[in-house]
Amino acid sequence: MIHSLFLINSSGDIFLEKHWKSVVSRSVCDYFFEAQERATEAENVPPVIPTPHHYLLSVYRHKIFFVAVIQTEVPPLFVIEFLHRVVDTFQDYFGVCSEPVIKDNVVVVYEVLEEMLDNGFPLATESNILKELIKPPTILRTVVNTITGSTNVGDQLPTGQLSVVPWRRTGVKYTNNEAYFDVIEEIDAIIDKSGSTITAEIQGVIDSCVKLTGMPDLTLSFMNPRLLDDVSFHPCVRFKRWESERILSFIPPDGNFRLLSYHVSAQNLVAIPVYVKHNISFRDSSSLGRFEITVGPKQTMGKTIEGVTVTSQMPKGVLNMSLTPSQGTHTFDPVTKMLSWDVGKINPQKLPSLKGTMSLQAGASKPDENPTINLQFKIQQLAISGLKVNRLDMYGEKYKPFKGIKYMTKAGKFQVRT
Amino acid sequence: MSAAPAYSEDKGGSAGPGEPEYGHDPASGGIFSSDYKRHDDLKEMLDTNKDSLKLEAMKRIVAMIARGKNASDLFPAVVKNVACKNIEDPNQLIRASALRVLSSIRVPIIVPIMMLAIKEAASDMSPYVRKTAAHAIPKLYSLDSDQKDQLIEVIEKLLADKTTLVAGSVVMAFEEVCPERIDLIHKNYRKLCNLLIDVEEWGQVVIISMLTRYARTQFLSPTQNESLLEENAEKAFYGSEEDEAKGAGSEETAAAALPARKPYVMDPDHRLLLRNTKPLLQSRSAAVVMAVAQLYFHLAPKAEVGVIAKALVRLLRSHSEVQYVVLQNVATMSIKRRGMFEPYLKSFYIRSTDPTQIKILKLEVLTNLANETNIPTVLREFQTYIRSMDKDFVAATIQAIGRCATNIGRVRDTCLNGLVQLLSNRDELVVAESVVVIKKLLQMQPAQHGEIIKHLAKLTDNIQVPMARASILWLIGEYCEHVPRIAPDVLRKMAKSFTAEEDIVKLQVINLAAKLYLTNSKQTKLLTQYVLSLAKYDQNYDIRDRARFTRQLIVPSEQGGALSRHAKKLFLAPKPAPVLESSFKDRDHFQLGSLSHLLNAKATGYQELPDWPEEAPDPSVRNVEVPEWTKCSNREKRKEKEKPFYSDSEGESGPTESADSDPESESESDSKSSSESGSGESSSESDNEDQDEDEEKGRGSESEQSEEDDKRKTKKKVPEGKGEASSSDEGSDSSSSSSESEMTSESEEEQLEPASWRRKTPPSSKSAPATKEISLLDLEDFTPPSVQPVSPPAIVSTSLAADLEGLTLTDSTLVPSLLSPVSGIGRQELLHRVAGEGLAVDYTFSRQPFSGDPHMVSVHIHFSNSSDTPIKGLHVGTPKLPAGISIQEFPEIESLAPGESATAVMGINFCDSTQAANFQLCTQTRQFYVSIQPPVGELMAPVFMSENEFKKEQGKLMGMNEITEKLMLPDTCRSDHIVVQKVTATANLGRVPCGTSDEYRFAGRTLTGGSLVLLTLDARPAGAAQLTVNSEKMVIGTMLVKDVIQALTQ
Repeated sequence: MIHSLFLINSSGDIFLEKHWKSVVSRSVCDYFFEAQERATEAENVPPVIPTPHHYLLSVYRHKIFFVAVIQTEVPPLFVIEFLHRVVDTFQDYFGVCSEPVIKDNVVVVYEVLEEMLDNGFPLATESNILKELIKPPTILRTVVNTITGSTNVGDQLPTGQLSVVPWRRTGVKYTNNEAYFDVIEEIDAIIDKSGSTITAEIQGVIDSCVKLTGMPDLTLSFMNPRLLDDVSFHPCVRFKRWESERILSFIPPDGNFRLLSYHVSAQNLVAIPVYVKHNISFRDSSSLGRFEITVGPKQTMGKTIEGVTVTSQMPKGVLNMSLTPSQGTHTFDPVTKMLSWDVGKINPQKLPSLKGTMSLQAGASKPDENPTINLQFKIQQLAISGLKVNRLDMYGEKYKPFKGIKYMTKAGKFQVRT
Repeated sequence: MSAAPAYSEDKGGSAGPGEPEYGHDPASGGIFSSDYKRHDDLKEMLDTNKDSLKLEAMKRIVAMIARGKNASDLFPAVVKNVACKNIEDPNQLIRASALRVLSSIRVPIIVPIMMLAIKEAASDMSPYVRKTAAHAIPKLYSLDSDQKDQLIEVIEKLLADKTTLVAGSVVMAFEEVCPERIDLIHKNYRKLCNLLIDVEEWGQVVIISMLTRYARTQFLSPTQNESLLEENAEKAFYGSEEDEAKGAGSEETAAAALPARKPYVMDPDHRLLLRNTKPLLQSRSAAVVMAVAQLYFHLAPKAEVGVIAKALVRLLRSHSEVQYVVLQNVATMSIKRRGMFEPYLKSFYIRSTDPTQIKILKLEVLTNLANETNIPTVLREFQTYIRSMDKDFVAATIQAIGRCATNIGRVRDTCLNGLVQLLSNRDELVVAESVVVIKKLLQMQPAQHGEIIKHLAKLTDNIQVPMARASILWLIGEYCEHVPRIAPDVLRKMAKSFTAEEDIVKLQVINLAAKLYLTNSKQTKLLTQYVLSLAKYDQNYDIRDRARFTRQLIVPSEQGGALSRHAKKLFLAPKPAPVLESSFKDRDHFQLGSLSHLLNAKATGYQELPDWPEEAPDPSVRNVEVPEWTKCSNREKRKEKEKPFYSDSEGESGPTESADSDPESESESDSKSSSESGSGESSSESDNEDQDEDEEKGRGSESEQSEEDDKRKTKKKVPEGKGEASSSDEGSDSSSSSSESEMTSESEEEQLEPASWRRKTPPSSKSAPATKEISLLDLEDFTPPSVQPVSPPAIVSTSLAADLEGLTLTDSTLVPSLLSPVSGIGRQELLHRVAGEGLAVDYTFSRQPFSGDPHMVSVHIHFSNSSDTPIKGLHVGTPKLPAGISIQEFPEIESLAPGESATAVMGINFCDSTQAANFQLCTQTRQFYVSIQPPVGELMAPVFMSENEFKKEQGKLMGMNEITEKLMLPDTCRSDHIVVQKVTATANLGRVPCGTSDEYRFAGRTLTGGSLVLLTLDARPAGAAQLTVNSEKMVIGTMLVKDVIQALTQ
């Protein structure tokens, strides 16, 4: 299946390679570089590139291309999903996944990759099992290893692989037993010129951090489970139970994991918590344009909107902008033509606004297109869909865990067309 | 660490395989900085007795080999160790690692050793080792493909494996070694379908795509029927009636004779696959979702394909690479099944932040989804796209508008007008693209559009994009009669700039000249000749050729070729309008989700998706053999005379299953039974009826028999204590008996008695009932299954004790009243008399089915009044119940005199959870808050099943649904009856007859959900025992294990 893996940084250096079958010469990456050149932007590199003898499948994350080489027919998503899993694992092991970090931990990286695939077929991809096999590096362990010459390979036998719940380590022990659930909802919306909603959807996830001793069996129920239109689960969730009772019942993995992600359909009207008033105009005659945006709260259920940032890609004709914000800071990059305005909190009494002029290329006619405004914001303690967790119960263990649930609403891909 | 510098040294080095291995491997410096010397350590490590050292040594070797290093000097040490020692190591992980090392050695000499090792590992006890064996198969195959036949044998063996761990890996090996041996799948098909949900994600993908191919070869197309109905509905109807009348057996002959008329009935196995894959649409893995989606697209009836749309749309939120692949597939699907994605139209709207390649794919989907009703919104959306800064995307949008215009006639004019407006766009690319699209549109209705053509003609001065210029020239030439005055002028200009034009423009100039010459030779004769002369000396041979050809055609010469007379017909023939088609059309002949589909080219190793067969191959090949019935042969023959389609396997297992399955699982068991029977009978309904009849008879006989048994028992008991027996009978019959606690103690004694009686009875009387049973059945020709629980062959053959236990147990399950004395828990206090101001309330779980609602647990409530005033109006007040729990209240007790007591029955549906039901107990004057919390054992009702059935069900409930616990049985409870009694006291389960002694099996179903709860207790001689509970409801399972262990060990 997966023959080899190359890691390529943004400047086009292959800084790591790993082969699971025979060695494939790194010259195969030339095809990739060609495609990269053609694509101009990194995100436009086609994920699948055919070459005469191989196929290159790549993902681009954290400014690194992960290029897998395959030789025969494999479902492309199989490989792509695996590559993303690799990145997630690195992130889980090292905190961040970047070129210097990977280079620093090259030993662990190789060991992990070795365990993840056997002869090109995924073997152990659950982070809990991997960590049992290969310990994540800590400063102390690195020091000890350098002195004693030992490796990170676990000296315990990895019994997790044999368990019926492969995602959970056996013999987990904590002094403080705690389980936290973050309900995070993102609003994807396109708002048109006049301020009406073209499309809006809510995508939610429940991210969990469970640190419980032993083999707890949890059930999580919602006040209004009918709200969830389309759900996808972590493998630990018992599907039948959800089907019949709309209750999430699961033996959780140890540590951080995404319990479920869901979708609240467009049929239910999505409350849009902010509005943007904009007036961006270019005049044919003069080389100046007017620019004005105001951001205000709309349906916020009484919560404050925080962390608001506004970004917009200005047309090529715009040379510079002279703007004054009523609050926050703004920057305009004359090379990429990217305007970004860090607003912060919205105070409903005094709405933040950004006003000023744009200087355009002299002589050139006015740009055809108006820029799109991208919005980021956060609302704490609110799930915009109205989803509420009813209760969390634990079976199978005697102690009383500490339980916490947090709600948050964020802007996902929130765009305002002008 | 030393890794970083080692890395930077290598950074520049190339990685030719011929170079010394030190140079080209960035990791070598880090991990094995002194590799050659370390080999000695590795050898030493392999020789130690420590597991961890061996494991690490082998891991390192694998790492070396995987990086293509020469590990040959370790070869003897490894093989010596691995092949001889570690493969037989008691630790399964070491055995697995050993095999992994061995199979990674790419040296042809070790092929035989490897083969041996794989064979041995394939029959290893540990599923993990077997999984490793499956992984090793493709490795050996790539090393030496001559071993194929032997490897197929191993694959065949591993395919039969029942664990989820192995399934994914072995199917992967199957796909790599022998994907053409579809026959190996038959016997394992149903098992794979059932295991699928518990297999790890990667395995799921492989299995699903393999099963898609399998299903295409084995089942009939679910859509064939629909098309048939459209074609000749009457005939199809007629055919179906006929077939029903004829029944199953004749169907095949009918089908052979009139294949077109055969009505479509979905094979139950086909249905099984669709049903079992559907939940996987909820998987977090995009690959799994895609795999299921393609399975549904290729295999499901039209009406059912829709379910995948939602899941696919969800994937659009994922990483852009995932989006890219998903959109490609959606684009293909949306051509075939447009309706499926229409509700999600807005999910494909494009954001300015999307990467261009995603934008273009979304545009493709939007175009495919556009129809008469949604076209206005789509066009409005397109309008905003045209103003985007991404010019490639704008060009694609214009193409898309063109496609919408050709597909939907109503909007053609609107689109055309919009495009014409774009001609004044400042961006040349946009204009050029518009011209190209307008050209195509105009071809459809040229007459009305002289103005547009004139407008285009003017553009030739400004537009530089060759394709656009060429398009304009072609248009003017083609419709020169609409613009008779402008055309010659355009030609004049073009002649002037001819030499500077691009090749495609030059060709069109020649074309234009020729056409004008033919229609308007007066004005253009000279110009044409000039252009042709220029072309004659062009550098491009195509242009020279074209010029020569054109000249011969249009300019009359002495030889006067016959062709020149037809020049007008040749050049000015009406041309069909082009069809603007999606590039994704007909891509679905590749299996969706495959690499080949994505590339639209066959990738190496792609397995074609076969077409549906005309006629379904024999479905009985998927039947799994069940151990034969000992005496069935002659009976079977007889049966066959009467009912020719009665298959033996059905007789084996089907009816019993349907007999005691509750309504919820009925459909499932139905399909199961019919799928097990197979052999092509589609009229299984009529068969089932027959079975039902038989069952009834069977049941009748059983109950008769059990009555007899009862009598015998009571007779036996009589001398010891008549009173006891009668009281127990009473207690079980009339559940309102007030002496419940006494009864339990009695029942314990009772339990002892039959056991002792059992031991004392002489063997002759033991075997008597069994033999009698069979002869009786033979006489009346009952179906074997109904007898099975009473006297399956296994029981006949095994020890006498087990034999009789089976019998007594059947009695108790058949006549539930007999079971109730075993009610596990005595009275529990609900309200103490002090707290209740003289009213004391206790409750017991009676274990009888609650009459009102089978899902409710019936609870007996005993009231006693110890105060000196009568208590009036006892009833249940507004219950505050957790979700799902419901209560059936008892009728109000009007008055309870002092010193008196009363009993009432109420039903509580606990919804299969041990949450307490809280409610108020009200009297006329007071309210008491009380709560009833059920022990987990009371949430179920016994079912009875045969040993085979039990094993089968248990096989389905492996993995997560299995909880195993070890325990030590204290000396006091090592005898059969105590164990049985303790278990049944703890949980309301029915005993399952069991062939081996020391193993106890119990089965039940939860009351609300009807999920099976299977309990196995494997007692070993020394008192050690293993308790296994299999249940879908894991919480119940876990709690049950605890309770049972507690009961057994105390």
